[in-house]
Formats: sequence, C-alpha cells, structure tokens
Amino acid sequence: MDKKSEKELVEANDETLRILIADDNDSDRLILKTIVRKEGHTVYTACDGQEAIDAFKKESPDLILLDALMPNVDGFEAARVITELAGDNLVPIIFLTSLKDAASLADCLAAGGHDFLSKPYNRIILKAKIQAFARMRRLHETVQDQRDKIIKHHDHLIHEQEVAKVVFDNIAHSGCVDAPNIKYLLSPMAVFNGDLVLAARKPNGGMFVFLGDFTGHGLPAAIGAMPVSEIFYGMAQKGFSLQDILREINNKLKRILPVGVFCCTCLVDFSFRNETAEFWLGGLPDVFVYRKDGTLENFRSQNLPLGVLSGDKFSTETRVIPMSQGDRFYMWSDGIFEEVNEKEEMFAEEGVRKAFEDNNDPEKFFDELIEAVAEYTNHAEQDDDHTIVEAIMVAEEDLGEYFSESDSRSLIGGPPDWAMSYELRPLTLKEFNPLPLLTHLLMEVPGLRPHSGKIYTILAELYSNALEHGVLGLESDLKASPTGFAEYYGQRVSRLNELDVGSVTFHLDHKPWENGGRLTIRVQDTGPGFDHGDKDDNHKTEGYSGRGIPLINTMCESIRYLGNGNQVEVVFVWSFDG
Amino acid sequence: MAIWSSEGSAGELTIKIQGRFDFSAHQEFRDAYEKTSDDPKGYVVDMKETTYLDSSALGMLLLLRDHAGGDNSNIEIINCNPDVKKILTISNFEQLFAIK
Repeated sequence: MDKKSEKELVEANDETLRILIADDNDSDRLILKTIVRKEGHTVYTACDGQEAIDAFKKESPDLILLDALMPNVDGFEAARVITELAGDNLVPIIFLTSLKDAASLADCLAAGGHDFLSKPYNRIILKAKIQAFARMRRLHETVQDQRDKIIKHHDHLIHEQEVAKVVFDNIAHSGCVDAPNIKYLLSPMAVFNGDLVLAARKPNGGMFVFLGDFTGHGLPAAIGAMPVSEIFYGMAQKGFSLQDILREINNKLKRILPVGVFCCTCLVDFSFRNETAEFWLGGLPDVFVYRKDGTLENFRSQNLPLGVLSGDKFSTETRVIPMSQGDRFYMWSDGIFEEVNEKEEMFAEEGVRKAFEDNNDPEKFFDELIEAVAEYTNHAEQDDDHTIVEAIMVAEEDLGEYFSESDSRSLIGGPPDWAMSYELRPLTLKEFNPLPLLTHLLMEVPGLRPHSGKIYTILAELYSNALEHGVLGLESDLKASPTGFAEYYGQRVSRLNELDVGSVTFHLDHKPWENGGRLTIRVQDTGPGFDHGDKDDNHKTEGYSGRGIPLINTMCESIRYLGNGNQVEVVFVWSFDG
Repeated sequence: MAIWSSEGSAGELTIKIQGRFDFSAHQEFRDAYEKTSDDPKGYVVDMKETTYLDSSALGMLLLLRDHAGGDNSNIEIINCNPDVKKILTISNFEQLFAIK
C-alpha cells in the first residue's frame, strides 16, 4: 500500500457508519446504542434475529452488532442469512455475547461472524473494533471495485480483439490456404496468433506457401503480420520471385519492428510443372519432406529470421529440391519443437522421427503428428503457438485454374496497338527479374488480363531458356538426376555471378486482332544458339529443354526458332470471349 | 531465474543467467548491461546454468547486441547446454554472436 492511501485510511477512521444493533435485552441494547451514537454513527436497532434480517434488507447497514442468543431467529441463524443476502459485499458482523467459553466464542466465528465482543462492553475496545472493521470493509470495496474494472476491461479487450481479428483474417487469409493440397493447423493461445500461414497461387500456375512465427504472440505479433500478408499477396500475384518477396518483407520488418522482435520464416515456391520446391528457411526448425517412397528428409535453417538483418546483409539464398507428385513438405513453428512434457523434455526432431516411424499411411501423418504432440504434452495447456503446415506436390490440374484477383477489371482504356524492345544486360540479368514488369505492362492491354497466367508462363519459360541455356550455357540434361539437379542450380548461381558479357532481349508486339488481340513475343539471346534445322511452327520441338517448350506449345498459336537458334518467336492470339 | 553480472579483468562484462531465460527475465537482463558505469570492452553471456531459452530470450540477446554496438559489437555466448545450443543454432545466431 502506498503512503497516500494509507493516509486516506487513517483519515477515514473518523467516517460515519450506519450500524445495526440487534439485542433482545432492552437495557443492553440501549447502552450499546448510546455508546455507538456518541461516536457519531447512525444506529438502527432490532430486538431479535428476524427483525435484524428485516432491518438489514431495509437499511443495508455497514456493520452489524449481533447478540448471539435471541428468541425467534437466533444470532447464528441471522448471521448466516445476512451473509447470504450480502452476497459479494462484505458486511462485518460482530457478535455480542456474555458467553465466555472458547467453544461458544468459536461458534460465533464459525457462523459467519467476523469477531465477538464480550459483555459488559468496554467502550475503548468497541470503538477500536468498529474502526478496524470499517477499514476492512473499505479495503474489500476497493478490491471489488478493481475486480469489476478488470472484468470490464477484459471484456472490452476481447471484444476489440474479436473485431480486429475479423479484419486480420480478411487480410491474412485472402489467399489459397484452403487449396486441396494444403493442410494446416493454427492453434492460437490468444485471440490473435503469433503464427501466420499464407498461401498464394502464382501467375505461372505455381504456389507460394509462407509460414511465419513472430517473437511473442497476441497483438504485437498480429500487427507485424499485417504488412507481411499485404506484401506477400501483392507481390505473389504480380509474379515477383521468392527472392524479391523475401527481400521486401525483410526490409519492411527490419524498418517497422523494434529490435528484438522478428519473424522466423519458411517461404516455399512450389512449381507443379517442374515438380520442384524452392525454399528459404530462417530461424524455424528443420523442414521435412516425406517422400512417396517412404523416406523422410530434413533440411536445416541456414538464415537468420526475417527482420533481423539490414537489406545489405540479408541473404536470399535458397535451396531447390526435386519433389515428385505425392511427396509431402512439412514446416512447423518452434512451438511444436519446444513443446515440453511433464519431465521438461522437448518434443523436438526425435518426436517427429518417431511419429514418422509409427506412421503407415502418409495421408494420416498430419493428424497423427498433431495427436503425437498432444499426447507428448499430456494434453496440457499450450506453452506457445503451434503451427504445422503440410503441402503436397500435386498435378497442377488438380488445383483448378488460376484466376487473378483483378479479373473483373474494367475493359475500357489502355493501349491495344504497340511494340517495344527491352534489352537486359549483365548487371541487370544478375539482379533483376523482368517478368513482373513485363507482365504488368502487358496487362495494360484492355481485355488481356484474364490471360495473365498463360502470358506469364510463356514469358517465364522463354526467359529462363534464353538466360540459362543461351547466355549462361547450362545443359538441361544435368537436371535429369537429383544430384545433377542441385549441380545445375549451383552452376546457375555461380555463372550468373561471373557474368560480364551477354544479354537477353524481349521484342513485344501487340495488335488488335478479330475479337481480341495478337501478341508476338520474340526473345533473343547472345548465346551460340542451336541447330534447329528447318523446323517450322508445325514441327513441334520435342526434347528441347525439358518441359518448358511443349508447355508453351499448348498455349499459343505458333512457336518458331529464328537465326542460328538463339531467337524464338511465339504468337499468342486471344479473344474477349476467352 | 536469476541474473548476475560482473566485470572481468580485461574490461569485459559477464552476464550469468540461471534457470529459464524467457520473457520474465526481460527487466533483469536489461539492467545487467544498462546499469554498468563504464563502457565494457566486450560482453560474455554465460549460459552454464541456463536450462531453457525461448524466442523472447533471443530477442533480448538482439537488444544486447544493439546496445553493444550492433554489427561492431563483441559478444560471446558461452557454456550452452545442448538444448540451448540447439535453439541458438536453429535461429542461426552464430552469424551474430560468437557462440562457444
């Protein structure tokens, strides 16, 4: 108690109380009444227990002096009823008694009395006791008052959080986390969660899945999650790369979060066409891949969480792994790993390995894992947020058509008839992904936006062929085996770093055509080309560069090679009818 | 949970953390390095008796790093038990601190 309130209490000792005196003995009652009234208090009187109860109901006094032995209803019974009527309020009851034996005095307290006062009355003791109970009563009121305030504030807070959560959910869950190949568990400790799961389809048909775990949980974590969601969905939709998105989110978090608050993250780029997963892992526990052939692989985090390093020190180095259809990718927040059992041991990787060994049906692994964690902790209350995400490599067709969110955009305005060339030189090839910019430019053509997915795919395939095979001279045969696969991407990084000559040029030409338009995309690189013979557009180029070109073939009107094979021209014809 | 700090002969400040290192240690941990009179030449965080570390503790270590000069700071984390070490490793904190 601080000095001020102590002082207030001392001063309040002189306050006037409303006191009920119940005694069947007329002279005793009169004596007591006189003494109490002289102290400046207001007095009510009763002659038996029932009268005392009635007077209590009518006057609700602050303090009661109650004779133990009275006709009709005795003091003990009256004390019990009054205490019940008082409910949460403290009404101190002091028993008045001529009984002297310890057992009888103890009975007074057992019946709900707070103290007793022996007859004949001692004026000084009486006064002291009244003051002591007045103090106790005020203390009780203060506690009650504070309790009520806490309840009110708590209700208010919950209400605010519920409203805010609706806003939060609309932003954070606007993507495709409910896609058929994704399962996830988010179990919040508070209304808000320190964990964040986001998923978005890419314009080229692939999918980004994001798991973030902010330091702490509740409101601060949720606030950090907002810009992350906005950046993620905004950039994914426009076709930015995993690296671009990571860098942007990291810079944003570094700028807005206080030191010591950060976001452990796993961002995965699933390419259903190439059957690969490219991921960046920072500060989260190992991710696992449960292969269809029954093996389990884990991959360790190599980066600091997002929001720790400034932009110039931040590394967007990723890993690319092949994934066959039916392979399952698992990521977790550290809540799962730090889950502690009664012996204070952590669940950790051994727990996951064990659940894996016990598993017979990969389809059920996700649920079994959740059950294993719950069993491990003996269903105790959660220490931290728990999040598990399972994403399965599937055929792209199983996910349905990709629709951009802005499909319903107005068809009025925009350039329908134009041409441009765009040459990318070594410094640009190293650092810059031109696809979002070009896609954005093309989407200004009225009516072309619903075709953004196909156009992005065509641009992306042509660009990666021109860059990787043309300018960097990488052999696609390498990608045939898992080791070669890693080798291929390793070489891609190192050759790109050393690049000082070479370029890739896009020539784009769009004209209105019948009920729509005709887009010609010519991509030229400075590589040696290859012998395309006299292949024309009907002679489809089988075997060249894996899956890319056959895929483009299915989407466009024609495709042909020019010059010494270092130029490829694709014609895409579209109509408003789709 | 308890935290002690002491200055060594080479002018370094050693901070010892006993028990669970989590959010409840927030104020004590800050006091341990903010209430020293001189600027220490370096910092040693001794985790010999630290049983557990959570993500808010990681945040507190980042705060210390910031206080000690950010990228120019000189902070050693020593005597970590395997559980503590694992958490530091998962978070790749060896890129920011000398963990011994």
